[in-house]
Amino acid sequence: MLSGLVVGAGSLVLCLGASVRFGAAEIGTGDVISAFTAYDGSEEDLIIRTLRVPRTLIAALVGAALGVAGAIMQGLTRNPLAEPGILGVNAGAALAVVGVVFLLGASSLSTYALFAFVGAGVAWAVVYSLGSLGRGGMSPMKLALAGAALEALLSSLTTAILILDQRTLDEIRFWLAGSIAGRDLTLMLQVLPYVALGLFLALGLSRQITTLTLGEDVATGLGQRTVWVKGAAAVAVILLAGGAVSIAGPLVFVGLVVPHAARFFAGVDYRWILPYSALFGAILLVCADIAARVVVRPQELPVGVMTALVGAPFFIYLARWRVKR
Amino acid sequence: MMRAPRARGRATFRPGRVPVSFRLDLRAVVLLVLLGLVALAGVVSSVGYGEYPIAPLDVMRTMIGIEAGDGNYSFIVNTLRLPRALVALLVGAALGISGAILQGLTRNPLAAPDIVGINAGAGLAAVTLIVALPSVPAALIPPAAFAGALVVAVLLYALAWRGNSSPIRLILIGVGLSAIASALTTVMIVTGEIFEVSRALIWLTGSVYGRTWEQIWPLLPWLALFVPLALLRSRHLNALNLGDEVARGLGVRVELERGLLILTSVALAASAVATAGTLAFVGLIAPHIARLLVGPSHGGLLPTSAMIGGALVVLADLVGRAAFAPIEIPCGIVTAAVGAPYFLYLLYRGRNT
Repeated sequence: MLSGLVVGAGSLVLCLGASVRFGAAEIGTGDVISAFTAYDGSEEDLIIRTLRVPRTLIAALVGAALGVAGAIMQGLTRNPLAEPGILGVNAGAALAVVGVVFLLGASSLSTYALFAFVGAGVAWAVVYSLGSLGRGGMSPMKLALAGAALEALLSSLTTAILILDQRTLDEIRFWLAGSIAGRDLTLMLQVLPYVALGLFLALGLSRQITTLTLGEDVATGLGQRTVWVKGAAAVAVILLAGGAVSIAGPLVFVGLVVPHAARFFAGVDYRWILPYSALFGAILLVCADIAARVVVRPQELPVGVMTALVGAPFFIYLARWRVKR
Repeated sequence: MMRAPRARGRATFRPGRVPVSFRLDLRAVVLLVLLGLVALAGVVSSVGYGEYPIAPLDVMRTMIGIEAGDGNYSFIVNTLRLPRALVALLVGAALGISGAILQGLTRNPLAAPDIVGINAGAGLAAVTLIVALPSVPAALIPPAAFAGALVVAVLLYALAWRGNSSPIRLILIGVGLSAIASALTTVMIVTGEIFEVSRALIWLTGSVYGRTWEQIWPLLPWLALFVPLALLRSRHLNALNLGDEVARGLGVRVELERGLLILTSVALAASAVATAGTLAFVGLIAPHIARLLVGPSHGGLLPTSAMIGGALVVLADLVGRAAFAPIEIPCGIVTAAVGAPYFLYLLYRGRNT
């Protein structure tokens, strides 16, 4: 298990390097290195330091956050399809951002980030409370259903705005596909504390989540205070998924497939699944972002497109050969 | 040839010759009648509503061929408005059954035609036509969408087949295929001309705007073939819902039945989506509403789910036309706006069970 993590970390470092090395502008490896060792303010150095490095770090952070958020959601709902996109978090963020563009004509990324975070938080709070109604508190079935229904409701409102107002659609369609183009370090530093807190909280809960996936009764029988564990896990989800969507827009797919890929290598223990998910999520998003920049150079595609095109074939391969049942 | 009800409120149909049987909850029958009335009321008011309002009674008279009012009624009702309402009803019913089958087979409450990529395949084909080849006549969009859905379905089954077809593999691979197809669709959305993108978005949301008899005729054979097939196979769906081992123990030919049921579900969803665009929400939610109303046995669940789906789309289309008139909201948006709150209410009502 540990060796797998080490290999994963090694691959991540390679991907980070590649992400700094390749991009719209042709910059040689030597120039890349000198941008760090001997910074002289040339155009190449500026591109490396102010564009590519922040972007690479953001991709890694967002990928890790989405991977872990998806893993926790799948654990909480005991449903292999759960992820921020399906349980309403992304839809809440998207509606908040589309609403603010439509009503106030906002167009700066930091405004988007703020409203995305708030929208995601509100949506998840509503989903979690709906899923926790009644005796016995949160149940996986109720949570999944409430999430799916609210997701549909919110995204239908979003689509209504987009169909009624072509200007908003034009303004926002790139953001809606999920993208990390043009994000700078300030934005990342604003979100970093929340995501970091979410990651620590998640890793701290990993043992309890593993127990919880055995079923509510088993967990209670083993002396777990399930209400607190589920509540804390829900808080971790909002920090992670909210942070990710506020930087990168509603990226789907990462949160869904990364935990599965992690599970194929790490088994059923969340103490391993969560770190693997963080690593795989980061690798997937960094690679997808490289592809998004390189494939149609000098234009670029939304990274949300590339995560699916890069990740889905691999995921299908894993599902075909590794799912025995 | 019907056996006497064994338990109260239940009836088992078992004709002597034909190797077919299914049992029906009488509660489900009552509900079906009620839902049928709701759907009929929806169709009638949808046909009566418009710039040229027609009273409900006149609508019904005209529908069954009795000349009413002035001579224009027949043209307005039967040529202009009825096809649209019928498309809504049929598409909703098809999606309701399709979703119920998928949820039963995969034992996953989040499963729906749009999760396993059928919608995404249809959407990719249609959006490619709309955005990349805007000169292609609009009449080609439905067959292209149908073909797109079928391609994804065949790929799905082929990739998931490894000596057997496991539900979890089907759904995971479906998710992967869906992601690829929607990613390619997003490329079209992001790079296309904004005017065409707007048109594509309406198609992707699902709309029954401007549908005529020409769109109904291609839809009917699929429904006529696969809706009865679904109802006849509901007994096996019940068994498969208990897990492969149990189903095999009950004498079900697991792979054959699962293949048939998947084929049914795909054909219904594909024909519906080809006609009305990728209506997402109906296939997911209609089965859940039905389950909360009549319980999990598929004999009652499939028809109830169909009626709920049909009524939902008809009402959504009516609301979409009336709410912000003269602006028309595509029914794909309104289905969720109408259906989700009701579903959340049902969830709330059943919170202690």
